[in-house]
Amino acid sequence: MEAQKSETHEIRTSQDVVSVRQAVRRLAVEMGFNLVDQTKIVTASSELARNTLDYGGGGSATIQSVRNGSRPGLRIIFEDEGPGIPDIALALKDGFTTGGGMGLGLGGAKRLSSEFEIDSEPGHGTRVTILRWKGL
Amino acid sequence: MLDTGNRLHEIIRKDEEGLLKDWIALQANTSGRRMTAVEEKQLQTNAGEFLAMMRQASQEGGYDISKPEWSGVRDFLTQLSAARARAGSTPVETAMFVFSLKEPLFNRLRRESKDAETLADESWKATLLLDRLGLLTMEAFQKSREEVIARQQQELLELSTPVVRLWDNILALPLIGTLDSARTQVVMQNLLEAIVQTRSDIAVIDITGVPTVDTLVAQHLLKTVAAARLMGADCIISGIRPQIAQTIIHLGVNLEDVTTKATLADAFAVALKRTGYGVFRLKNSGGNASQEA
Amino acid sequence: MERIPILKMGQFLLVTIQVDMHDRLALTLQDDLTEQIVKSRAHGVLIDISALEMVDSFIGRMLSNIANMARLLDAQTVVVGMQPSVAITLVELGLPMKGIRTALDVEKGMQTLRMYLGMNDHGQDGDGSAEI
Repeated sequence: MEAQKSETHEIRTSQDVVSVRQAVRRLAVEMGFNLVDQTKIVTASSELARNTLDYGGGGSATIQSVRNGSRPGLRIIFEDEGPGIPDIALALKDGFTTGGGMGLGLGGAKRLSSEFEIDSEPGHGTRVTILRWKGL
Repeated sequence: MLDTGNRLHEIIRKDEEGLLKDWIALQANTSGRRMTAVEEKQLQTNAGEFLAMMRQASQEGGYDISKPEWSGVRDFLTQLSAARARAGSTPVETAMFVFSLKEPLFNRLRRESKDAETLADESWKATLLLDRLGLLTMEAFQKSREEVIARQQQELLELSTPVVRLWDNILALPLIGTLDSARTQVVMQNLLEAIVQTRSDIAVIDITGVPTVDTLVAQHLLKTVAAARLMGADCIISGIRPQIAQTIIHLGVNLEDVTTKATLADAFAVALKRTGYGVFRLKNSGGNASQEA
Repeated sequence: MERIPILKMGQFLLVTIQVDMHDRLALTLQDDLTEQIVKSRAHGVLIDISALEMVDSFIGRMLSNIANMARLLDAQTVVVGMQPSVAITLVELGLPMKGIRTALDVEKGMQTLRMYLGMNDHGQDGDGSAEI
């Protein structure tokens, strides 16, 4: 599955979190997603961008439009060089938090996306990929 | 290789009109009924066009239909199949468009071939070619049927979740059929939109028409209730049959903050009361015949 | 520095969130609101989020915080104007939004607040909104 359009955003400040979700919204509108699906992918992106900032010590988000045959999709890859997640299964459970927040970021983003992939190891940073296929 | 490819186009070119005539006659017979004048004219046009394209493609691209020279023929067949699928033809009828070309084609091959070996070779190549083209029509047919089904499913989804305005500020959502996650999305969207437009305070979700309530269905229901709440509307779930009540208790589903009623009528009565309405009989036979709902 | 304006409407305060908030703005709003509640002795706070096209867990947390702080200061909070697509997403996200009342719009929100304040002794809830 190749990316047809790709833009990378740095996530270093809380304003960057806003920029990332605005960029995701722009691309989702351009690709013709319906309003509910737009909101879902934008919200998921906001959660993950915030995680990248708060727990990953900053990183980047790469926003891509992809295609699987005739089906278009919107994919975002969040990467950071932070401490990594020791227990992913635990992190995906709602309510889990190390920072005193609500801890819904990972699980929530997963529920709001068509596809979700996470790659993380203590000391090796974290990469989370979410994808939303365009609905009917 | 150029030599054998050219044979086919030569054969066609030599007697294109005759070939066309024989081929059309065969097709008219296989459909099992008499064609209308319109259908006949359509067939003439399609067959003529197809034959001409085949002649050209085989001249330029030999027997390999995956070559770009054959793309015109492939597209033509794909479109023809889709059109026929929409018109209600069977896949066999559509494939026969291609397969019925074999007989008149092989007749001419036999006449033109110098020896048995050449004839066998040519026939084999031609039959492979036509088989592949015929299968292409079936594939295209299948695909367009699938698209029709998908579209109908979506329409059904939209149609089967109406939101009804029972009274000022009171909506009813009679659910018929199972509540899967795709349907729940449509239900939520319709309900929330109705809440915004009618500014309703209460929505009665009637599940009389929902056959089974398992954990997933219960979750979907609770999601819908939660979404309505976020829009400032309270929900009442009605149509709780005894079996459903048992299932819900067994599953341990928490319906604590949701009002539930056995019938839509009961739910409506509660909704009226909550929104400050009472119901009374017009012709009172003495005294205060106000019957509060 | 930009601030979100807080309007006084009788004994209520009205906050209209129209921008895509970043952290500092949200924290400032919480501070400003608590200050205003005390200053104007308000008993009700209306937060209008009809312009928000997205509510994530951060904003959800902010709304919860505001509601909790307001309650400590004897004021009720009602969040109004949530967009349908936002509501559906929130429900899918699984955000509990505990202790936050919601209403369709400012008008219904005020009705709710008035009902709540008027029926304080009976402890019963009226129409138009529900506590989540």
